[in-house]
Amino acid sequence: MSAAKNINITLKIWRQKNAKAKGQIETYKLDNVSTASSFLEMLDQLNEQLINSKKEPVAFDHDCREGICGMCSLYINGRAHGPDTGTTTCQLHMRKFNDGDTIYIEPWRSKAFPVVKDLVVDRSAFDRIQQAGGFVSVNTSGRTIDANATPVPKHDADRAFEAAACIGCGACVATCKNGSAMLFVGAKVSQYALLPQGKVEATQRVLNMVRQMDEEGFGNCTNTGACEVECPKGISLENIARMNREYLKASII
Amino acid sequence: MALTGLFLCLFLAGHLAGNLQLIFSDASAFNKYALFMTSNPAVKLLSYLTYISILFHAVDGFLLTYQNVKARPIGYAKNNPSKNSSFSSRNMAVLGTLILVFIVTHMVNFWAVMHFDEKMPLQTISVNQMGAKIDYYITTDTGKFFPTDSLQLNQMGIEIRNRTEFYNKEANVIMGEGYKDLHKITVAFFKDAKTGLIATIAYVLAMFVLAFHLLHGFQSAFQSLGLNNPKYTPAIKGFGKAFAIIVPLLFAAIPVYIHFFLK
Amino acid sequence: MKLDSKIPEGSISEKWTNHKNHLKLVAPNNRPKIDVIVVGTGLAGASAAASLGEMGYNVKAFCFQDSPRRAHSIAAQGGINAAKNYQNDGDSTYRLFYDTIKGGDYRAREANVHRLAEVSANIIDQCVAQGVPFARDYGGMLDNRSFGGTQVQRTFYAAGQTGQQLLLGAYSALSRQIGVGNVEMFNRHEMLDLVKVDGKARGIIARNLVTGELERHSAHAVIIASGGYGNVYFLSTNAMGSNVTAGWKVHKRGALFANPCFVQIHPTCIPVHGVNQSKLTLMSESLRNSGRIWVPKKKEDAEAIRAGKLKPTQLKEEDRDYFLERRYPAFGNLVPRDVASRAAKERCDEGHGIEANDTNEGVYLDFSTEIQTKGRQAAYSQGNHNPSAEEVTKLGKKWLEEKYGNLFAMYEKITDENPYETPMKIYPAVHYTMGGVWVDYNLQSTIPGCFVAGEANFSDHGANRLGASALMQGLADGYFVLPYTVSNYLADEIRTGKISTDSPEFAEAENSVKEAIDKFLSNNGTKSVDHFHKRLGLIMWNKVGMARNEKGLKEAIEEIAALKEEFYKDVYVPGSSDELNPELEKALRVADFIDLGQLMAMDALQRKESCGGHFREEYQDSEGETLRDDENFAFVGAWEYMGYDISKEVLNKEELKYEFIKIAARNYK
Repeated sequence: MSAAKNINITLKIWRQKNAKAKGQIETYKLDNVSTASSFLEMLDQLNEQLINSKKEPVAFDHDCREGICGMCSLYINGRAHGPDTGTTTCQLHMRKFNDGDTIYIEPWRSKAFPVVKDLVVDRSAFDRIQQAGGFVSVNTSGRTIDANATPVPKHDADRAFEAAACIGCGACVATCKNGSAMLFVGAKVSQYALLPQGKVEATQRVLNMVRQMDEEGFGNCTNTGACEVECPKGISLENIARMNREYLKASII
Repeated sequence: MALTGLFLCLFLAGHLAGNLQLIFSDASAFNKYALFMTSNPAVKLLSYLTYISILFHAVDGFLLTYQNVKARPIGYAKNNPSKNSSFSSRNMAVLGTLILVFIVTHMVNFWAVMHFDEKMPLQTISVNQMGAKIDYYITTDTGKFFPTDSLQLNQMGIEIRNRTEFYNKEANVIMGEGYKDLHKITVAFFKDAKTGLIATIAYVLAMFVLAFHLLHGFQSAFQSLGLNNPKYTPAIKGFGKAFAIIVPLLFAAIPVYIHFFLK
Repeated sequence: MKLDSKIPEGSISEKWTNHKNHLKLVAPNNRPKIDVIVVGTGLAGASAAASLGEMGYNVKAFCFQDSPRRAHSIAAQGGINAAKNYQNDGDSTYRLFYDTIKGGDYRAREANVHRLAEVSANIIDQCVAQGVPFARDYGGMLDNRSFGGTQVQRTFYAAGQTGQQLLLGAYSALSRQIGVGNVEMFNRHEMLDLVKVDGKARGIIARNLVTGELERHSAHAVIIASGGYGNVYFLSTNAMGSNVTAGWKVHKRGALFANPCFVQIHPTCIPVHGVNQSKLTLMSESLRNSGRIWVPKKKEDAEAIRAGKLKPTQLKEEDRDYFLERRYPAFGNLVPRDVASRAAKERCDEGHGIEANDTNEGVYLDFSTEIQTKGRQAAYSQGNHNPSAEEVTKLGKKWLEEKYGNLFAMYEKITDENPYETPMKIYPAVHYTMGGVWVDYNLQSTIPGCFVAGEANFSDHGANRLGASALMQGLADGYFVLPYTVSNYLADEIRTGKISTDSPEFAEAENSVKEAIDKFLSNNGTKSVDHFHKRLGLIMWNKVGMARNEKGLKEAIEEIAALKEEFYKDVYVPGSSDELNPELEKALRVADFIDLGQLMAMDALQRKESCGGHFREEYQDSEGETLRDDENFAFVGAWEYMGYDISKEVLNKEELKYEFIKIAARNYK
């Protein structure tokens, strides 16, 4: 580990009592933050400080803290999941910041992701998109064909896995200037489109998922590519193209 | 959006090829081309397709932008988008609107004049006759000329109707058709002592805007149509970049050439 | 209490089939009249909810996260075991059964484990059919790797994100059922009590974490699949929200809690960096396929490394102690987790630790040998029979990146060190809890109608779980066991009708939850919840951790009891009850952790033997290996709640009978 040191920082954090309340940015000073700490550990430290002075701590979503559950969010200094690429906020470390820095922390901003409190937003729109078609309609009997009965070319399996690596954090929506969810939906559509098991329902799936996506109030994709850059799992824009292809195919045929 | 966009790219290429005759060809060829473009039924069909495309592209663009703005009712206090996307990709709507303004201006300047202006001049040719320079109208019938001198024309019993048609007044028969002199209008527009320089600069700036719009738009159209493939996408992107730079550059070269270099 | 494990008669390989054939069924037309609650949406919960929804029951599923897809199963990295024998290396249902019993140090129930091994193959078929993108070879067939405690390759994987892919598979099945209305999903809801009516589980009290509202939900059966309790140690590889509350409330309502002292300490985690650390990060066990674990032979070298004067790469081969290969030549770096963890602790206790933190606890996981081996192989396969050293290194690193790229990247993010160039630093950390709510063969607790699945129950892993078996158990319970056994129970409920939530039992349960919440909010103490949680964690890690002894355990029991008093007196919980209040959520969870911590120490104290993850310093052989006492301790220790004072809990024993496996010393040498 490179030698950890302590830094002092100023935080500008969005505070909002609940979904209906009006929010505003508030300023906090935080001293002696170890650069070996993760960003969320820094927020823990802030909250400990707030609690000790009988103030209300900042609410933020987090759970696994190892970059896989997709629960953490935060728009840090104008970027989803902060300045580091390929990283969720929980794996962003304070060594990426300097002594004396001012750090802005805001919630994901999207009509489809309303703020619940402070930095916590409601991402259940993603669940509803998944419920509209993000599955293979196979019963859970275990009485399917043998797993090796249908060979899947390694290339396809690998692409499907890369698409399936999406953690559903919503950084794509947050960072997209249009608040579009195409990378998320594209990844899910792609995973199934690439596997023989998913092909049977491909047409219905893409139509249903896209319909639900539009109903949720996400914006449209204008191919700025920001989502791909900020995606902590490096989900490729190819997945959006694949979804477009699937959608066109499904609409025409 | 993508389909109309790509169609408009094709249109740009065709339009450019025609316009480049302003540099590389003479007035008569250019005016011939102009006439062809306004009279050929196939071209007519294409031009209507172009108008529809432009309209659709613009309206769709406005609708998309409206929806996209609505998708984020509260913006970020601090945003740093330059880290993850290009300037053009984020400003397509603004660039597009500027281009629309340009298109309207451009059409008022040339298209409308060509189509509706009563005073639209016809192309003439100067012939040296016994030391005196006499101007004649050229017609689409090779070898048929009509004098520009209205007295002379009247004496011949010829009258110009419908702006371009030479009629035999008595017989009420078309004797020939003249060429609208778009070349002259264009040259005059950019060479105008008062406004020529401004017009030239404005046109060049508009082409800058177009370049940025195309820089994102061209490859974006392929992505929207689902044509993204690790093998071919780099080539598409490369071609798109080249297209976005070369086409507006050549367009811009025309007014610059006319204003500064054409004698 | 007499514990009836309800193990079916017959030969081990026929028990489950026979049992299934005789379980009662509920006809399709009756299923929509029956409500089932599922708490937790990890592999076990999501698969159970999806399966029961698919059958036509009215399912209500609950999770505290903002989406069912976030349950902590998602973080499992390495893989899932299944006795498919695709690699043709001698695997079979029996082998998987045997390895799991042996790996669990002969403290698991034979019949349960055999059933697990039987259905393991179906899990893979099912997941592939659902579109789970497992890793494949160039022939398009599924790939396998090896895990600790086995000598076959039976682990299926999806890079280092197998848990994620399996959970998303189960989540997709669940989503399908939510979409058609068979399952109603309650995100951001936490179960805070079980409601019993006439002795049967009849519903739960759940708190809507956004509005703070307490909700009554009734059902004909309640399934608890809320995961493990590793967070009792504060620092663990569990998610921040992982908690024991659902399981503990069930325990308080009468379900026995079994083998709480069986905790798995995972050998390969990133060492602690400082006081503000909130959690520990696991580096998948699969890395032990390629990495070699070592510490410096000489203490001076270890000191020099800690002081930053010496780099590990500078240490000569003969100055390194590959202690696992030295002590366990047959299994080498792939010994089971408990064995590997203890060996690392032993070296660090002896002063050979290499991490420059407060405790100097850390050992190396080195990939340089593998880089050379795989690099040479890759060069050969490219037709280059005379590769230069650089070529070999380059190809070797490429091979590593393909196999473990995401783990290496994660390591670098956290530590700022490049593991391709310098060995990883690792140290054991709390990872999984084998103990849990006691259940019979049908996964039913001692409360009728209350079923417990996945890590939340105690049933399949004995005193130590083998790698890649947790995912297997979660899905086996949810997809292939509960749908049968819960239906069997519900067959007697078809005449019950809708259960009212207006009964005094529901009112009583809701009031008790309300009182607990009000007490915290009006306590006005001086210290944060985390303050107490961290103190609890320290006691647990130091005295109920990797090595335990009578003195320490007795101290721990006292200290935790005292901590509990202080917690209730001095904890400060800000905010109110009618809003999103993460501090309140934590307080309610930590209250249960404190109780459980004390019980774990009591359980560890009564188990006067060493087995699996439970290592009592008094019971070891001359070489420091565990000394099991099959004569006196071949039982499941199931504790019965007796009220506020945890020390009053009563121990019940379920004797473990080994009819099909000869019980023997666990030897990995």
